[in-house]
Amino acid sequence: MELTLTLNGKKMSRLIEPGVLLLDFLRGEGCCSVKRGCETSNCGLCTVFLDDVPVLSCSILAARVQGRRVTTLEGLRQEAEELATFIAAQGAEQCGFCNPGFMMNAIALLREKEEPTVEEIRAYLAGNLCRCSGYEGQLRGILAFIEWRKKKRGGAQ
Amino acid sequence: MIGIRDYKRAATLEEAYQLNQKRGNRLLGGMLWLKLSRNSVQTAIDIGGLGLDKIEETNEGLRLGAMVTLRQIELDEKLQTYGGGAFREAVGRIVGVQFRNLATLGGSIYGRFGFSDVLTLFLALDAEVCLYKRGRVPLRDYAALPYDRDIITHLLLPKAAPLAVAYRSARLTKTDFPLLTCACAVKSDALQIAVGARPGKALLLSGLEKYAGRRLDEEEIEEIAHHAATTVPTGSNTRGSAAYRTHLVQVLCARALRDCFRKEDGCGADADS
Repeated sequence: MELTLTLNGKKMSRLIEPGVLLLDFLRGEGCCSVKRGCETSNCGLCTVFLDDVPVLSCSILAARVQGRRVTTLEGLRQEAEELATFIAAQGAEQCGFCNPGFMMNAIALLREKEEPTVEEIRAYLAGNLCRCSGYEGQLRGILAFIEWRKKKRGGAQ
Repeated sequence: MIGIRDYKRAATLEEAYQLNQKRGNRLLGGMLWLKLSRNSVQTAIDIGGLGLDKIEETNEGLRLGAMVTLRQIELDEKLQTYGGGAFREAVGRIVGVQFRNLATLGGSIYGRFGFSDVLTLFLALDAEVCLYKRGRVPLRDYAALPYDRDIITHLLLPKAAPLAVAYRSARLTKTDFPLLTCACAVKSDALQIAVGARPGKALLLSGLEKYAGRRLDEEEIEEIAHHAATTVPTGSNTRGSAAYRTHLVQVLCARALRDCFRKEDGCGADADS
């Protein structure tokens, strides 16, 4: 079947098998930031944006994104790089395997809410599992990023 | 993992219904549970383009489309007004935001899963299930029906919102399947309590008529909680024993009832179980 979508800002059409998952389709298109993790819809490694909403690409058929916008970490260059600097500064990446999915969901949160509380950050990121870090470094990184962004925006006014 | 041979985006409910009558075909909700099955599906039927993703106020009550996601339920202002935070409490601990952006109300209700937070809450709220062919069926009856090939189009919540609603669950970790769930709805003429994840599917507590339509004191709350613990059947699985669950029935029922009457006082509720 033919699938037409906008991937990372580029409109494209591809012939796909009807049963292919979005995760496999995206990796086939070279979006290697999208990781295969638990495959039971629990770990958040495969998080992408579907029309700006974070979803698990391991749990949706590629066919279902017909005519829609899909964004992976590759499509969020500057936004992701800025946040990643703060996560890395806290040593919160460690093996790094969960990082793309974690970054995607953190960006989704920070788009939804400019200054989330610690509790809101923890709740929003509860669907992103990391088996290295214990989450504290990532939390510090996000808080530091929020503070930096606030100052940057304040300075720009 | 499931294998899917063909995919069809239905243009109408009738088309979806006709396709769904074929044995090897399956209707897609959020697909999160279906994906884990080992079945082979001939045609996956997608009803995502039929406008069933809205939460609307109608003359008959609040109408939620089958394709409304759990995340919509968590955030919708109309539902928060209707249930005073119980909706957020019931779905907000289900895995993660990305999961809840895919999981659908219709899929949760059709599955009638034992672990379902959604089924527990909607049972207590006296919801009705709107089926494409069969029409409206009270959720309490639908929960007992065998799986069939009709299509859930909507869930309907009664127009008169309860005076107070509370939801409690116990989990081993925050985003795990629940060990036990409990929802209470206090109405002007009835008290409804549903208990789920027993680990069997949620059921409504009977024998509460004498407590309906009035404020309950602490002694009566304890009496109801004890009644729940002695009448709700529980079982054991890897998450907990039947005895532990029975203990939780009593504890969560009492807490949910207290939440309800605190809410009636306008004091809000601390929902941590």
